[in-house]
Amino acid sequence: MITIENISKAYGETKAVQDVSLTVEAGELFGLIGPDGAGKTTLFKILVTLLLPDAGQATVAGRDVVRDFRALRAVVGYMPGRFSLYPELSVEENLQFFATVFGTSIAANYELIREIYVQLEPFKNRRAGALSGGMKQKLALCCALIHKPEVLFLDEPTTGVDAVSRKEFWEMLGSLKERGLTIMVSTPYMDEASLCDRIALMQTGKVLAIDTPTGIERLFEKPLFAVKANNTYRLVQDLRKAPFTITCYAFGEFLHLTTKEGIVENDIENYLDGRQHKALEIRPIKAGVEDSFMDLMQHG
Amino acid sequence: MDKAVTTNKLTKKFGDFVATNEITFEVSQGEVFGFLGANGAGKTTAIRMLCGLLMPSSGEARVAGYDVYTQSEQIKQRIGYMSQRFSLYEDLTVRENIRFYGGIYGLSRADLKTKSARIIEELGLNDAANTLVESLPLGWKQRLAFSVALIHDPKVVFLDEPTGGVDPITRRHFWDKIYEAAHNGTTIFVTTHYMDEAEYCDRVSIMVDGRIEALDTPAELKRAYGVDSMDGVFQILARGTSGK
Repeated sequence: MITIENISKAYGETKAVQDVSLTVEAGELFGLIGPDGAGKTTLFKILVTLLLPDAGQATVAGRDVVRDFRALRAVVGYMPGRFSLYPELSVEENLQFFATVFGTSIAANYELIREIYVQLEPFKNRRAGALSGGMKQKLALCCALIHKPEVLFLDEPTTGVDAVSRKEFWEMLGSLKERGLTIMVSTPYMDEASLCDRIALMQTGKVLAIDTPTGIERLFEKPLFAVKANNTYRLVQDLRKAPFTITCYAFGEFLHLTTKEGIVENDIENYLDGRQHKALEIRPIKAGVEDSFMDLMQHG
Repeated sequence: MDKAVTTNKLTKKFGDFVATNEITFEVSQGEVFGFLGANGAGKTTAIRMLCGLLMPSSGEARVAGYDVYTQSEQIKQRIGYMSQRFSLYEDLTVRENIRFYGGIYGLSRADLKTKSARIIEELGLNDAANTLVESLPLGWKQRLAFSVALIHDPKVVFLDEPTGGVDPITRRHFWDKIYEAAHNGTTIFVTTHYMDEAEYCDRVSIMVDGRIEALDTPAELKRAYGVDSMDGVFQILARGTSGK
């Protein structure tokens, strides 16, 4: 449904997207995962025909992003990272505006947005600018859907959004996917990666890896341990000095310790013995997407 | 030990709307205190009152030993503040930003010189000292903003979503700095949407609809709510009526 072949884009000296290639199947929920400056927004803008690539080709729903830009615009929905509805128009007026621009009506495609829009309907006469963050996001999603697109592009819809609203948003994406929509979504939150069918990890304009979340986790090959003790600050300091340590980073309540080959729990315990750590816990663990990302960033 | 922050039934109303509703808590000197809540739960209003920027409607609060009603200027001199949105001047160089903030906080010329050199050295910014902040990568900006927020050795530093948007390694380097500052006795008052970061705090409070619904160590909160992560605790508690 989306094919990207060797796309590059630079802004002056800054190479925003460098030789990116990937394909997204129809009905797939595909995630672009990476921090600010990874090139996610630039790639989105190229795919929805708002930017011309410097090199490479891409098609969305069979339409070329340069040659067939008009036809392409009719079949994609795009929710930019920044709030970009009309703050002076009401909730209903915004929706009506987007429906009219695409030559349709709210009534014609109401079924597609019903689940989301019912939560907004009590406020349909409120100015969009006066909505709370979570509601603005829901309205933006409705506006991106109202012309019944084949492919939906969502650029960092959950950035700066609290953990509860993020979860709700991903539940909405799940039910849109069930309706057969192809969705490409970007996020800086690694924990959202597991909610996608496949993901591309991006960093400074390049794709580090493309796979299913499980596949990405399997790319991590070094020994990995979760370690915890009563004083985290001292534990980090001690472990970073250990001869077997490659990296040691905080991961929630545990530290994730990557070591050289052949290291087992006992080696770590022996090293920490005599350094006055209380309530010490050490266990080998499987890597998550974030472990893989950090590893690829450094050595990929 | 002296408390860095104490509040008693601290309240702020905007017309009929109660943004912060009788919150009572204490934060110790050198503690890493996580201040969590859904969007619109009242965190920003509470922080603005504690920073001496917003007069409370009722209740009490002391920060670094000073009263928020009558001694807001003394508070401002003894706290640091950093947010993702506003921290540094993009069109000033690294060195100029340090000098500007040092000047604002009344550092002596000699002091400013030493601090400036130390910050640039520590952050490895020697080659970039005279470049405009706007051209620095986001991760560098954030570390610089944090160092600048600590330039006057504040008792308490308020960090409002300090790590948004950065890569996972930079995010962890940032937390190393937070731990280091806390280890040196600075109280850290931090908000975040990353639930793994909530686990790094000594204690965490969770605000729901203007009230503090829970306040304890991450371990104790997880035990109390019978879940194995702070995300679990947050999902149970924070589904208030805000943002709906």
